Amino acid sequence: MTTRKVLAAMAIAGLAASQPVSAADAGGAIIAAQCNGCHGFEGASKGVVPALNGKPALLLSQAMKDFKSGARKGTIMNRIAKGYTDGEMDNVAQYYSGIK
Amino acid sequence: MTMNRRNFIKAVGAAGAASGLSLAGHSFAGSKSGGGHVVVIGGGAGGATCAKYIRHLDSNVKVTVVEPKTEFATCFMSNWVIGGLKDQEWITHGYADWSKKHGINVVHDTAVSIDPATKMVKTKGGQSIKYDRCVVSPGVDLRYDTIEGYDAAAAEKVPHAWHAGPQTALLRKQLEAMPDGGTFVIASPPNPFRCPPGPYERASLVANYFKTNKPKSKILVLDAKDKFSKQGLFVAGWEKHYGYGTDNSMIEWRPKASDGTARAVKADSRTVVTEFDEIKADVLNVIPAQKAGHIAEVAGLTDESGWCPVDHLTWESKLHKDIHVIGDAAIQKPLPKSGYAANSEAKVCAAAIVALLNGKSPVAPSWVNTCYSLVAPTYGISVAMVYNYVDGKVAKVKGSGGVTPKDGNFTMEAIYAESWYKNIIDDMFG
Repeated sequence: MTTRKVLAAMAIAGLAASQPVSAADAGGAIIAAQCNGCHGFEGASKGVVPALNGKPALLLSQAMKDFKSGARKGTIMNRIAKGYTDGEMDNVAQYYSGIK
Repeated sequence: MTMNRRNFIKAVGAAGAASGLSLAGHSFAGSKSGGGHVVVIGGGAGGATCAKYIRHLDSNVKVTVVEPKTEFATCFMSNWVIGGLKDQEWITHGYADWSKKHGINVVHDTAVSIDPATKMVKTKGGQSIKYDRCVVSPGVDLRYDTIEGYDAAAAEKVPHAWHAGPQTALLRKQLEAMPDGGTFVIASPPNPFRCPPGPYERASLVANYFKTNKPKSKILVLDAKDKFSKQGLFVAGWEKHYGYGTDNSMIEWRPKASDGTARAVKADSRTVVTEFDEIKADVLNVIPAQKAGHIAEVAGLTDESGWCPVDHLTWESKLHKDIHVIGDAAIQKPLPKSGYAANSEAKVCAAAIVALLNGKSPVAPSWVNTCYSLVAPTYGISVAMVYNYVDGKVAKVKGSGGVTPKDGNFTMEAIYAESWYKNIIDDMFG
């Protein structure tokens, strides 16, 4: 699924509700859009920061959880991962793994 | 509601059907039955990102970007050019391929008015462009009323280099021409201003240039503040690389409390005047106080602070309906006035606009700021934060973010800083 389809789906699905749907419930797309700034559009990194697109969801979610707990030492990701719940990380991982 | 794969697919189906229906009778001039027409004023970090993401969210929405320049030089990373690490071309990006790739109409003209009643943007070149929703992303204007003798004409001799492009090149040229043993003075502005760590990264990278090329030269940072962004990390980096705190320090920082505020400038003699002092520089860089870009003020989108109050769910102006303000011009606190924040807000705004044009409620947003600075070519530092939407406003997610730890890997941060630029540029202009 491309970012465009996922985001469109996210928008339309979220939009059906009368109250704002939380970012976590809208799937990973809305949070993942925020990761693209460092990881590249659709997670397809053009730099040395790892690409996220098409990676196994478990790999991505575990990496984020390990950054959050400190089990894995990164540079900036330890600080960023602390901003998300496990559920949000799973959704973001699912989202990026679906981009081929 | 929970979004699973099946819901995604169903929703994609719905989106496809909606597109099919609304293709008929779509008017470029803006019509509710079609996807609508969004006019984005400003093609920088906020505007370019917002235009691109709207098109990717809903290709049925027409997007026009009004931007006078045919090439855009990013203010972020321009210190790398001023310090001689990169050339001007590296920070300069064109619109031609981008507009074709994403189906975005780019009008190279200056917006001079926005009429919220008739929903019309008028340009200097005489065009009238009707919108369903307007996004205003003009960045900052410099407050030339705050430092006596410093105005646009003075800036041709004493650059601010706070709008990248010719000003960046001018400051670089002056530094190259400066004799060894000279003094480079930076006057740093009061809060709030674009790119809070920027003046200090500038001091760092010019110090790096002097260290190799003009080792007898000095840098004086005059500050209208008593503290600054990433201060502990900058000071530690300056101590390590530039002898900061010793008699031989290449950099001196003079805070507001020590008469650091620039009050007047004599451009012809490159002199800056504080309350009790008058300092003649060999190269003088004055960064004045700032306010929202001119069009925001003209369109009545600013309040008495000079910045634009917005609803953080949609970034719609609190003063005029159907006009959204993003990036540096918006009152975005606790998000900073950074390129990354503008990019982050632009995506939230794009999703909200697509929702609203489809008659739906916006999804609750999530934001990130990630900002790198170089103290030296292989010594980078960063600040990051995750934000969510609490009680109708942007809020920091507790426990997240912060600056590089004292025992951080500064070399890796420098490597990632360059990667950051490549990717955020890809996200905006790719």
